[in-house]
Formats: sequence, structure tokens, C-alpha cells
Amino acid sequence: MGVRFARIRPIDVDRARAALPRAFGRSWGERLLRNGLLALAAAYLGYLLWAFDFSPARLYEGLVSPNGLFVIAGQMVAWHDMADWQYGEIFAALGQTVAMAFIGTLIASVIAIPLGFLGARNIVPIGFLRFGFRRLFDGLRGVDQLIWALVFVRAVGLGPLAGILAICVSDIGSLSKLYAEAIETAEKKQIEGVRSTGASTLAVLRFGVLPQAIPLFLSQALYFFESNTRSATILGIVGAGGIGLQISERIKILAWDQVAFILILVLAVVALIDTLSKWLRLKLIGREAARG
Amino acid sequence: MTTLSEHRPSDPVAAFEAGRRALLRQRRQATLVGLVLFLAAVLAGGYIGEFFPSKLAAGLPRIGEYLGRTLPTLHWAELLSDSKTQGSVAYWYYRAGSYLVLLWQTAQMAILGTVLGAAAALLLSFPASRNLVRSHWIYHLSRRFLEICRSVPDIVYALCFVWAYGVGPLAGILAMAVHTTGALGKLFSEVNEAVDDKPLEGIRAAGGTWVQIMRFGVLPQVLPNFLSYGLLRLEINIRSASVLGFVGAGGIGQELYYIVSFNYYEELSALVLMIVAAVTLIDLGSERLRSAFLLREAH
Repeated sequence: MGVRFARIRPIDVDRARAALPRAFGRSWGERLLRNGLLALAAAYLGYLLWAFDFSPARLYEGLVSPNGLFVIAGQMVAWHDMADWQYGEIFAALGQTVAMAFIGTLIASVIAIPLGFLGARNIVPIGFLRFGFRRLFDGLRGVDQLIWALVFVRAVGLGPLAGILAICVSDIGSLSKLYAEAIETAEKKQIEGVRSTGASTLAVLRFGVLPQAIPLFLSQALYFFESNTRSATILGIVGAGGIGLQISERIKILAWDQVAFILILVLAVVALIDTLSKWLRLKLIGREAARG
Repeated sequence: MTTLSEHRPSDPVAAFEAGRRALLRQRRQATLVGLVLFLAAVLAGGYIGEFFPSKLAAGLPRIGEYLGRTLPTLHWAELLSDSKTQGSVAYWYYRAGSYLVLLWQTAQMAILGTVLGAAAALLLSFPASRNLVRSHWIYHLSRRFLEICRSVPDIVYALCFVWAYGVGPLAGILAMAVHTTGALGKLFSEVNEAVDDKPLEGIRAAGGTWVQIMRFGVLPQVLPNFLSYGLLRLEINIRSASVLGFVGAGGIGQELYYIVSFNYYEELSALVLMIVAAVTLIDLGSERLRSAFLLREAH
């Protein structure tokens, strides 16, 4: 029993190689193809690095120059003149950021409910109508939130209203799609049960579909509230309200210490909202549904 | 009714009814409290977010007007005429050539940013996996570093890098790379933590070094997942690369910013439609590739 290594002669190895060529590694052709593809990818990367001017000298220069990253990082750690940092303004902007995310998500999640029904296969059996709604959702969410914010700032002026609208419009696209999918996965038996009592279409939706979909709707809306709190922090960069304006203004005057302070506050607020939303999800729809 | 149950506590039906009533009352109270809190949050949010009906009433018509202006004037008769005739598609898209060049540049920025970030994430994911390193110090240091990288939005990194590296795509690529390192590093290390221990044991028993264990024990198990996550990240980065130009970090965003700032209405709809089409196409392609990777792994 066992393999006796002493008895294995070179000719045995050759025989095994002939019988099971793939056990001895890739064939010559495969290796050529693989290495060729790798070389091609490496050449493309090299070209990209060259085309975007990634020279070591330039990267080094950006680290050590007078307004380089080392200086920036150093100033972010050393906090000066903390007495006149305009805390009121900063905290107001933070509150505004959360308020924008909350109101924007709330409106979007309400508008998305009827739209979700219109985009669901089991509610709207007419193909082209459903297709039209689905493409509308894709279009709304295909445009980045920051682009919407830029457009709304031009349309309604600087301020949080533009940010709320941007959050709202891009979320209507995403939430309607998710809501439509939630409605499509609703259990048929309950719907048929309500229908068998002679209920009207509206009553079937209200008592057959909605009770199954509401927990999913709530859970998705809460996830979007979390995610929007993060994205609302940058909408201010284009003037759409919130803390982003405070960040970009302080970067413009090179107040890196205040930038670091605001970023830490943003992290704290985001973590707080995450915790709150997790707790709410647990409270509202129970442990089982929250996990799924 | 309550008097009945008080007088005859032994009656099970009455006791059940009383219990049910108490439960219902409790639930109704909880719902009421929740509703009041929710309404208070809505009012506070509306007030802090300056979301007033008067403002909305004034703003909504202007949005309609603005979006209406971005719609191109197309005439059926001239639809396919050359770019000098008003009402043709070519007139609407008279700058399609330069948009395409910028879109191409944007996509390449996203590719380079994703590759650089994924490479850094790959290297950092091994020390950031609890099952692969003994030292708590190394583990926590790598984890915290990845957290810092991913918790700051890439456009904020771009704002900083524009100072250090000047206006242009280099700042944007570096910003995406740093954020991608953090985001992918977390996902990669979670994949690493789920690997099968046996191949690792085998290499260790054969006298392999730590690097060899990572290369020949861990990497073959996790690579398909890494590629799939990397492609997902590429989709995300293509989106963000299209807006990094707002702060001067290169790509099509800069063009978009000018178009909006100078009120070139029809150009805005032309360019945004092109961006949406490009993003959608890349999403579809990457979805195909991802399922191909994961299928190959399954076989």
C-alpha cells in the first residue's frame, strides 16, 4: 500500500503526462493565450498611466510641494484658533443635511408607491405601458444625484430645496423599481383570497398586496435614508444645501483643520443615522424581516 | 364590561377579552406615540430643510420651465438633415464628437482609478482579514486605514487632490483610487475571511511562507469574487467619474458644469442623454462579464 517513490521512473512520468496532460499544468497554447492577454492588459494600463501623466516625479511633487498632501495632512491634524470656527453655522448645516435626506427620502418613498404598482408585472399586465414606466425609472436613476442637484440649483436657486428635489427625483427612480419588484414577489394566494370575496381591484391592492409589500417598502425607504444622508453631505458642493458647502468653502480658504473637524462630525452623524435606522427597522418590521 | 371581569376573575373568556383589550390599547398608544414623533420629525425636517409650501410653489413652475427649455426643437421634415439646419438631430448633437472624446476619457479615468484602487485593496485585504494575520496590531491598523479611505466621499478627496496635483484627471483618478481602496478592501477582506482553511494548512505544512500561503492558498479561492466586486466598483466609479469634473478633477463633468453654468439648454439634454446611454451600456456589459466569471467558477 502507499506509493513507493523509488519505483517511479522517468518513463512513468512521461506516460502519466501523456495520459493526463491537464494534471501537469496548462498546455503551451493556453499559457501563450493567458500570458498574451496579461501582457495586453499590462500594456493598456501602462498606456493609461502615461496618458494621464502618472510620472513618479509628479506623484512625489504632489506629496511634498507647499500645498501638497503632506502639508494638507499635517494641517488637518494641527487645529488652530478653535474659538472662531463658527460652530453654529457648521451644526446648522449638519442638521440641514439630515433634514434634506429625511424629507427627500420621505417624499420619494410616498411618490414611489403608486409608481411601483404601475411598474409591476402582476398589476399592469399591459407590456408596453409597464415597459415605459420601467424605462422612466431607469432614466431618473441613470442621472447622478449631483447632476440633478446642479440642474435644480439653476432652476430654483441655491439652497436646500434644490438638494431635496435632487434626492427626491433620483430616489423616485430607484425606489419605484425596488417597490415594483417587491410587489411582483407578493404571494398570490392572499391576492386570490381577497379577489374571491368579490372585492374591487382597489380593495385587492389594498388588502391583498399592500400588507405584504409594506414591510419591504419601509425597509427599503430606511436604507435609502441612510444612503441619502451620506450623499446629501456632498450636494452642497454645487450649492444645493447641507454641509458640503461648508466643506468646499473651507477647502477654498485652505482651513484644513476645520475640514478635518467637519469630516469627523459627518462620520459621527452618518453612524448615528445608521444606528437609528437599524433600530427603527427592527422596531417596525421585526427581527425576521429586518434580516432579509 | 370591566366591572364584569373584576367581579368574576375566574371566567376565562372575560379574562381573555380584558387582556386583548389591554393589548390593543397598548398598541394603539404605541402607534399614536410613533405617529406624533414622526409628524414632529417631518415638521422639524421641513423647517430645517427650508421646505416650505410657498418656496415649492414658486420653484416647481421654474423647474418645468427649465426642463422644458432643455428639450430640443426637432422638426420632422429636417430630422435627418446636417448639423447646420435647425431642427435636425445633428444640429442638436452638433458637439457629439467632442462629447464622445470626453466620455472616453471619463471611462478611462474610471478604469485606471478602479484598477489602482483594487490593486491597493488586494494587497491590504490580506492583513485586514482576521483569519490570516496573528498580530492584532496589523489587523486593526489595516482595518482602520481602509475605513478612513472609504468613509470620505471621493469628490471630497478630489477637492483636496485638486490642490495638491492641480486641475485635471490625475486628481480625479487618485480620488477614485483612494475611495475604491477603502470600499473594495472591506469587501475583499470579508471574502478572505470565508476561505477554506485546508489549502492554507497544506501550504504551511509544506513549508510555505506567509506570502506563499496568500498567493497559492488564498488567492485562487477568492479571485473570481474579487473580479466580480471589482467590476461592480467600476460601474460605480464610471458614475462618479462623470461628476468629479464639477470640482475640476477631469472628465465629462467639467463640460457638463460649463453647459449648466452658461445656460446652454439643448446641449444639456444632449449630453445628459449621452451619459445615461454610456453608463447603461457599460452596466450591461459588466453584468455579462460578471456572470461569466461567476459561471466559470461554478464549473
